[in-house]
Amino acid sequence: MICVPFLLLSCVKLLLIPAYRSTDFEVHRNWLAITSNLPIGKWYYEEGSEWTLDYPPLFAWFEYTLSIFANWFDPQMLVLSNHNYASFKTILFQRLSVIFTDIIFAYGSYRCSSIFKKSWKSQIVLPMLLLTNVGLLLVDHIHFQYNGVMYGFLLLSCANIFQGEYLSGAFWFLILLNFKHIYLYIAPAYFIYLLRNYCFSTSNLSIKNLIKSFSVRNIIYLGSTVIFVFVLTFFPFFGHLKQVVSRLFPFKRGLCHAYWAPNFWAIYNVADKLLFVLGKKLGLNVTDQVAVMTGGLVQEFSHSVLPNITPLITMLITVCFMIPVMIKLWFSGNNPIQFLRSIVLCALTSFMFGWHVHEKAIMMAIIPLSILGVAESNDAKVFLILSTVGHYSLLPLLFPESLLIIKLILYVLYCSYSFYSLSSLYPFYLCKLNLPLLNVLESMYIFGLIPLFLYDHFFHYSITLTTYPFLPLLLTSLYCSLGVVYSWLKYYISFLTKCDSKLKL
Amino acid sequence: MRIKSELLLYGFGALIAILLRCGTSLHPYSGQAKPPMYGDYEAQRHWMEITVNLPLHDWYRNTSTNDLQYWGLDYPPLTAYHSYLCGFVSRLINPEYVSLTKSRGYETEEHKLFMRYTVLLVDVFLFLPAVVVYFNNVYKKTRVTPLLATFLTFFYPGLILIDHGHFQYNCVSLAFTVYAILFVCTQRPILGSFFFCLALNYKQMELYHSIPFFVYLLGTCVPNPGQNLLAGIKKLAKISITVLLTFAIIWAPFLIDMSTTLQVLRRLFPVARGIFEDKVANVWCTLNVFYKFKLHIGNEQMFRYCTIATLVSVLPSSVDLFLRPNVKKFVIALVNSSLAFFLFSFQVHEKTILLVALPVMLYLPVEPIVCFWFSILSVFSMVPLFLKDELMVATISLLLFYLITFHIVWEYTISRKGSKYDVFVPRYDKIMQLINEIKKSRNYRSLLNSVSKNYKTLQGLCRFLLMSASLGGCALFLTLPLVFNPPADYPDLFSLIISVYSCFHFLAFFLYFNIVQFSIPQAVEDIKHFKFKND
Repeated sequence: MICVPFLLLSCVKLLLIPAYRSTDFEVHRNWLAITSNLPIGKWYYEEGSEWTLDYPPLFAWFEYTLSIFANWFDPQMLVLSNHNYASFKTILFQRLSVIFTDIIFAYGSYRCSSIFKKSWKSQIVLPMLLLTNVGLLLVDHIHFQYNGVMYGFLLLSCANIFQGEYLSGAFWFLILLNFKHIYLYIAPAYFIYLLRNYCFSTSNLSIKNLIKSFSVRNIIYLGSTVIFVFVLTFFPFFGHLKQVVSRLFPFKRGLCHAYWAPNFWAIYNVADKLLFVLGKKLGLNVTDQVAVMTGGLVQEFSHSVLPNITPLITMLITVCFMIPVMIKLWFSGNNPIQFLRSIVLCALTSFMFGWHVHEKAIMMAIIPLSILGVAESNDAKVFLILSTVGHYSLLPLLFPESLLIIKLILYVLYCSYSFYSLSSLYPFYLCKLNLPLLNVLESMYIFGLIPLFLYDHFFHYSITLTTYPFLPLLLTSLYCSLGVVYSWLKYYISFLTKCDSKLKL
Repeated sequence: MRIKSELLLYGFGALIAILLRCGTSLHPYSGQAKPPMYGDYEAQRHWMEITVNLPLHDWYRNTSTNDLQYWGLDYPPLTAYHSYLCGFVSRLINPEYVSLTKSRGYETEEHKLFMRYTVLLVDVFLFLPAVVVYFNNVYKKTRVTPLLATFLTFFYPGLILIDHGHFQYNCVSLAFTVYAILFVCTQRPILGSFFFCLALNYKQMELYHSIPFFVYLLGTCVPNPGQNLLAGIKKLAKISITVLLTFAIIWAPFLIDMSTTLQVLRRLFPVARGIFEDKVANVWCTLNVFYKFKLHIGNEQMFRYCTIATLVSVLPSSVDLFLRPNVKKFVIALVNSSLAFFLFSFQVHEKTILLVALPVMLYLPVEPIVCFWFSILSVFSMVPLFLKDELMVATISLLLFYLITFHIVWEYTISRKGSKYDVFVPRYDKIMQLINEIKKSRNYRSLLNSVSKNYKTLQGLCRFLLMSASLGGCALFLTLPLVFNPPADYPDLFSLIISVYSCFHFLAFFLYFNIVQFSIPQAVEDIKHFKFKND
């Protein structure tokens, strides 16, 4: 069943081959060249291009494997000095590599849908929601990245944990972590859940019982899996660990990306700006730092009224908000639904408060949430809001005019399908004027995206507001951040307050 | 909010259709960055430039500012008006797009986007609704529901590739034709002839469809026994007046001056251009492999031969349609007529197969498998063109998309038990039964006996194998030019193979569709208004 939509979707992906590519295309081409030409020891030292290798070793290995096939297409793309080389065959090869590796994502979706009992919702709705995820389509197949592979690993790992195969679940997660270290954000959930259910095996949480049920054998298994994966991938880089780590964790970037991800800091920045204007009007003595606020185009800027934010602060806030979730997860015991929810919350919390968050990171919450969406109506509600808003915030990534209709159609198709399918899963939440599953305010908020879109793409240019070129982006991230904050709060509170009855899958 | 799911599905289908069109429009267009002549894209842009800058009577005339050798306007007035409209808008956006003679070969990203949007606009607002309306009014009770037939027509790769990839405005004339067929099929001959006149005045190639329209409308005016002669004459008069009026209005600006009229006509039917251009999957091009027409026979002479051959091949289906008129025959007669024109007439382009593909798509609910087979072949026959335009990626992806969509339709409708198409595609258990009986049979006689008992299964099996082999051949000849370079002595080898291969198919389809048409009986009550039923 999953084959047909996957193949159809692959055709659409094929069709998008000549579409606009971001600089990430050149980044990956450069990595292909680095890994195919240089000895392993020099991979993380190469600085010939500004796009240095800054993903963990397993991804480098992945690029190395791809470079073998790349040679068949066009050996010129593997020349290190060929910066910005984009022959037709190079484009074809790189695009095809993304399309083909998406098979892992399809397999992950298949495994996730097989954890549910066979029914319409598990055989059609869930695979469709996962496979046709518009964010992945836009980011991977137009913008150009390899997220499909990684989310495939994540889904595989989740499916394994659902089926009680903790070791293989942990294994796939470690693979994922070694592909892209951004998934460290959700590692706490894995840590707690595996510790609680794999290393301790009791439902009685008194200390005496805990110690008694502690399984040394299991912790050795788990530990050796972790060590095995890490040693395997890092072994060839043993002498250069410091260099690798310094490449992986650059803290020299600013609080927000050039285009503000719709998170708490977007609101914070806007509040700062408003307070600054207000303060000036009231004649208060505020430091004049207007220049630094030019639409967030400057990577680093300081706030003028509100306190400045350092990486440490963001980390502290993130951890503080994660701790209650972890405690709740610990006490939930052997309940994979709660585990998945805490993954979503970890991802969302770090998206909300993280340092230099990319807007693409929202998919880390949306994709696991789509599995939960078919399990319970409350999750479905949050999924609908979050996916609609989160994917909307990805649209400005694809700025060329020629993509306007394509991205809009893909987005509208996905949103309408998710609303339609989930509303037929939970038909008792239908109201006459509201969107399915949502209340009046939420529906109005979602419909507000339409005037926002119209303003950003048409009215802004016709009302000659050219003095504020950053206004459309700013409005988009502000409006979307409201929705993200709302769904985070809603989900966070319901996770902490609700009793976790075990769901029948 | 609750939306009817049928409506939602139509919405999804339309959105996906637009998506495919937009996706294709990202690919190169014909003649992109190929001076000095460029391609059809430049031709369309040039027409906008000519029409918007020059006075009307100079549009079709060779003047110092209108070099007819450089993509001179050679389509009927309605295309010229459309070009004028587009040219007017493009002058508002950026006068450089259409500045006289200076804008030749004008190519920028913005302009490409503008041109793509002009096609998308007419496609979405003319062609797509026409298809929906057609299937919902003409075929209501077929197994392939109007919804599925609509989807298949929406996703038909040929039209998408030519209009949104290669760049032309075929969807306009085809949309008018769909409306014309719809109105003829629903017993509104006046509206039908009006729309067909529009189509004819947009693209003279629509003449391929004109014979069945003429013959059928005339045939329905001939009174059946017991009917009033006067009513028939009245109807005929109404139709003729409609046609004359429509033509008169569209041609009015060109009719003021006799020389202008003649000049336009000369531009529309250029005999001097040779029997075919490039490689076309028609009979002449195939025969040309053995006998070089261009060397031995003059153009005028050849034109006469072609016309005779075409008329002879159209004759059977036209006579049948005239003598035994039936709405059910009408669409298939259109297929037969346009296919005869495509195979035998003079000056055929490979793109012209779209004119055959359209009625085939419209006939799909009745004969799904053959029509699907034909539509794949029609796209395949245009592959040499797509190779030249660097549209192969789009071609493959759209073909696969169409194939999978048809697979879904197949799964849910055609292959279901009790369908009359079992005959075409034998079910597994029947084949096993046949094999068992053949195994059991000892002598020649019992073998013959068991074969004749399972005649239908065997027949279906043969057809199925034939179709698989034919489509497999398509796949093979499609990949050959992608993997290998043609030999240096024969640079056109692959195109030629594709053309000849498709030509033989088209001949076979021509025979098959003729047989289908003849096997449909005359309608008993055709003159009076009736409900069109199928299946």
